Amino acid sequence: MESTPKNTPKNPRIDPKQIKGWGIDADPKNDPTYPMRQRMNVGQDPDSKHRPDHLQPEDTEVLRSIERPNVSAVFGTPAPPTGLSGLIRRAAFKYSENEYKHWLPLIVADRVNVVEGIVGDLAHGKLPNIWAEKGYDMEWKHNRTAFITKLATIGAVTAGLVVWLSSGKKKPTKTVKKDYLSRF
Amino acid sequence: MLAMDYRGPKRVRAVQKPMPEIKHPQDAIVRVLRTCICGSDLHLYNGNVPDTRVGSTFGHEFVGEIVEIGADVTKVKVGDRVLVPFNIACGECHFCRQGMFGNCHESNTESTAVGAIFGYSHTAGGYNGGQAEYARVPYANVGPTIIPPDMDLDDAVLLTDVVPTGYQAAEMAGIQTGDTVVVFGAGPIGIVAARCAWLFGAGRVIIIDQEDYRLEFARNYSYCEAYNFKEMNDPVVFIKKITDWMGADCVIDAVGAEAAGNTMQTVTGRKLLLQAGSATALHWAINSVKKGGVVSIVGVYGPTDNLVPIGNMMNKGLTIRGNQTSVKRLLPRLIEHVQNGVLNPKGLITHRIPLEDVADGYRMFSAKLDNCIKTVLMPPTANQ
Repeated sequence: MESTPKNTPKNPRIDPKQIKGWGIDADPKNDPTYPMRQRMNVGQDPDSKHRPDHLQPEDTEVLRSIERPNVSAVFGTPAPPTGLSGLIRRAAFKYSENEYKHWLPLIVADRVNVVEGIVGDLAHGKLPNIWAEKGYDMEWKHNRTAFITKLATIGAVTAGLVVWLSSGKKKPTKTVKKDYLSRF
Repeated sequence: MLAMDYRGPKRVRAVQKPMPEIKHPQDAIVRVLRTCICGSDLHLYNGNVPDTRVGSTFGHEFVGEIVEIGADVTKVKVGDRVLVPFNIACGECHFCRQGMFGNCHESNTESTAVGAIFGYSHTAGGYNGGQAEYARVPYANVGPTIIPPDMDLDDAVLLTDVVPTGYQAAEMAGIQTGDTVVVFGAGPIGIVAARCAWLFGAGRVIIIDQEDYRLEFARNYSYCEAYNFKEMNDPVVFIKKITDWMGADCVIDAVGAEAAGNTMQTVTGRKLLLQAGSATALHWAINSVKKGGVVSIVGVYGPTDNLVPIGNMMNKGLTIRGNQTSVKRLLPRLIEHVQNGVLNPKGLITHRIPLEDVADGYRMFSAKLDNCIKTVLMPPTANQ
């Protein structure tokens, strides 16, 4: 966990108002984010950390960014982490959004989750209709030539790989007879 | 209820799911009357947004009728027809109180870099979206806006994201009267951004894309010059050349992570996900704007393994200029524009598809088939 920065002799806190020229150009009209934000400095807002009155009950597992101290007042709950992908997601959320160790495992978890989804379908007696789920009817209707070419290319590359890999297995493995006696 | 169901990259289907429930006193349940597929959804569809979980329902552009409200909901009532901004915002936190509804701090537990968005992965809050017959709408006192009685639902649904985002893209570009504005990307957002650039006083508007049918659409809808970058040796040099070798005053990146046009970016960003998507359009934007110009980013970029977290820059509303659109802030003005005929949102719609055929809709939009610009999904209960 990050600790709160403290004043040190190297990093003394100073009152910025003591700096000559401080705020001399603080013209709100120069704010480059205008008009995305309205003029309000935190110091002028007595209730800048206001939260909504009610908080959504946490009745399901919600992963939480470690960059915030609490759960937001409302949150979504469609797909709590489960299975192997859930384990990966939980591990990812131990790291901040500033780290690749957060984002990249989430991408991996998404891919694992896809396999889990297919297994889940099969476990429920449902055979996924990949053709329909990918909307290939539309490719067939509006983009047939390119679609056939693409499928043929994928098929040829796959077949080539299969042939290449399987042909390698046919090579007789060279066995070296160990002649222990001749060494002595 | 019937709802879209994500199964993995480029695989979606429509299935029966449980009805959404009130989980917070400010929640409302909306019966969806119109919902769209957004270009941003394609980042999810292609598997590029981290923590997009199998079983999620996408859809952040929808309008509907309130069918149930929580105990604390006072601004809308059962029976009201509302357009629902794509951001989920509490209206009370530090950021909402500055009008930054796209950056609410009280709706997304799982990420601080991104605000909460309906149906946009757990990174954006883990909410189910509106590509369904019913949707849970948190903070119903804040986001949902009653649709004026004289407004077409097709216009209204495009005010939930596309039109405000295009408008804010132009607004963030800081256009001054007479400026030359270049828009990268002739998808729906880019087309609206080009159209809105005129509202801010642009003197010349240019849009760049690789699909001739989209460029033709942009010419007619946005009254702008439209060029195909596949016909250029280098789009940056082209823009410099046609701007008297100065560069554009303002450039809008309305493309984001799925940009075409550069093989290395495509391989490392789109295929291998080693960076935050393909940053080709962003490169072109930064390199083709004049010195002292403004780059406005509304294209979505991922947060993954690159040197500059440009996605966070956009999502958090930092400068250069970029942000998720604060729809609620812009709605009054945009409703006025639609009612006065200044803007014609429904003119973007080219396809209307039953929710049951959601997979076909995604494929059509994603692969740019049948001259698709904007697809509206119609839930079976929409006409009840």
